[in-house]
Amino acid sequence: MIEARGLVRTFKTKRGPVQAVQGVDLDVADGEIVGFLGPNGAGKTTTMRMLATLIKPTNGSATVAGCDLAADPVGVRRRIGYVPQSGSTLPEAVAGDEVVDHARLYGVSKAKAIADGQRLFEELDLPGLWRRQCKTLSGGQRRRLDIVMGLIHDPKLIFLDEPTTGLDPQARANLWQHIRGLRDRGATIFLTTHYLDEADALCDRILVIDHGRIVAAGTPEALKQQVSGDGVRLGLSDPAQAPAVARIVRELDGAVEIETDAGGVSFRIPRGGSVLPGLLRQVDAVGIELDGVEVHRPTLDDVFLTMTGRSLRDDGPGVPADEPEQQKEVVV
Amino acid sequence: MTVLTETWIVFHRQMRLSLRNPMWSILMLSQPLMYLFLFGPLLKPITAQISQGATTNAYQVFIPGLIVQLGMFGAMFVGFGLIAEYRAGVIEADRVTPASRMALMAGRVLRDVVVLVVQSVLLLVVSIPMGLRAPWDGVLLSLLIVALLGATFASLSYSVALITKSEDALAPLLNGIAMPLLLLSGILLPMQIGPTWLQRLSDISPLKHVVTGVRALFRGDIASSSSLWGLFWVVLLTVVGLTVGARTFRKESA
Repeated sequence: MIEARGLVRTFKTKRGPVQAVQGVDLDVADGEIVGFLGPNGAGKTTTMRMLATLIKPTNGSATVAGCDLAADPVGVRRRIGYVPQSGSTLPEAVAGDEVVDHARLYGVSKAKAIADGQRLFEELDLPGLWRRQCKTLSGGQRRRLDIVMGLIHDPKLIFLDEPTTGLDPQARANLWQHIRGLRDRGATIFLTTHYLDEADALCDRILVIDHGRIVAAGTPEALKQQVSGDGVRLGLSDPAQAPAVARIVRELDGAVEIETDAGGVSFRIPRGGSVLPGLLRQVDAVGIELDGVEVHRPTLDDVFLTMTGRSLRDDGPGVPADEPEQQKEVVV
Repeated sequence: MTVLTETWIVFHRQMRLSLRNPMWSILMLSQPLMYLFLFGPLLKPITAQISQGATTNAYQVFIPGLIVQLGMFGAMFVGFGLIAEYRAGVIEADRVTPASRMALMAGRVLRDVVVLVVQSVLLLVVSIPMGLRAPWDGVLLSLLIVALLGATFASLSYSVALITKSEDALAPLLNGIAMPLLLLSGILLPMQIGPTWLQRLSDISPLKHVVTGVRALFRGDIASSSSLWGLFWVVLLTVVGLTVGARTFRKESA
């Protein structure tokens, strides 16, 4: 559905050119939900905007929904739906009118636009809101209205840019359901997110992007396996016994990142759950008393930390925000 | 789908939005009406003098200036609406559709032109009881000029709005352009009554020739050189304005 090779995008800023995307290759198969995960400014939105024909790549090529991005952007536009981060409806306009007008720009007849639009309103939990002004809708409703706008011409490929940013947890979970529903109807979905739980819960495959380059790709499970094992933490009632526990842990096969602190000992080990019973017996045998045991499966945050050496939550310096194109970039 | 169909769809949406909230169009009309009622009467005693004997009807001098002013100022500030649409993501949503970039602009410009022509007609109707007398053909040609002028300034305003994407930049920029254009166009008083240096300076402004042309049309001098020059300049301005506008809309979508 998407095949991109060597995508590069350079922005001209006052401080000189900035390479927001530095050679991205990516493939998305039919019927997948693929998540583009990275911190703010990593190049997610820029890459997505290139694939959606909104900005031209400085370099590289792509085939999107069967059409060449450079040679046939109109063909790409006909076949994709794009739900931008900024929304897509005017606050003063009537929701149904916006949907119908948008559909008609795709060449959909008015009658079909109304029928399809009202059906989508039902499917996306917007009943009775057809004649309402957009500004009277809640944040979650407005977001689902944006999705209706993106779906109204029945695209095979849907781009969602940060679909749940700014929504409360309930509205997010609800939107995830709807996004899964789209895939079940046969659509391919490509979304950007900087939420790990979102990528984890929703995506069949994840591409991790940092500083304009893809640093990892795979299923959430496969990515997590790249992190060396599960995190284990043994809590101690007597901090003085930490060195003794650490000595035992060091004997274990595959234990890494062993750290002791006032409250206990932490380390990583493959298949933490199966190592634990033996370990506990050993600790017990030397008379050390534990006050707690935790095992946690690696998260995508651990993946990101392993890949890039920093947490996804740090918005470090580096490439500026995703939206330099919203600065004064274009001069007539 | 043709560009015309797409233009119509965009126009239809814009028109519906304008009609939903007609306050803005009414406010835009209040400015020329105030000029008409509060400034127009001052011209009456000096009409013969400022028109150098061409007419004694103050409104034949004054109304042409007012409708040109309406065409210019009414259209000049439409960019603000476009920035609001940009902020709401509407421009982005339009640009991911296969619709022609030209149609996205043309539909909006067409709405602006329709609003302006309606406003101009209202202004003319109100002026009749105040004493305006002018030949039909001249008035119709003048309305055409206003429409073209509106299309020019609307396209330019949209271009600047799309490039700056900021009300803060657009407002001082437009005011900076509007003020000298207004003063040098002879909209309020004919430039002929000014000193020679000011007249020469105003000759640079195509708008002055447009105003002079519309005044000639209102006097019934349809085939005079003044009215032909006015037409020539407004057509030239329109070509330039629409070209710049279309280029910007295309370029901004990269």
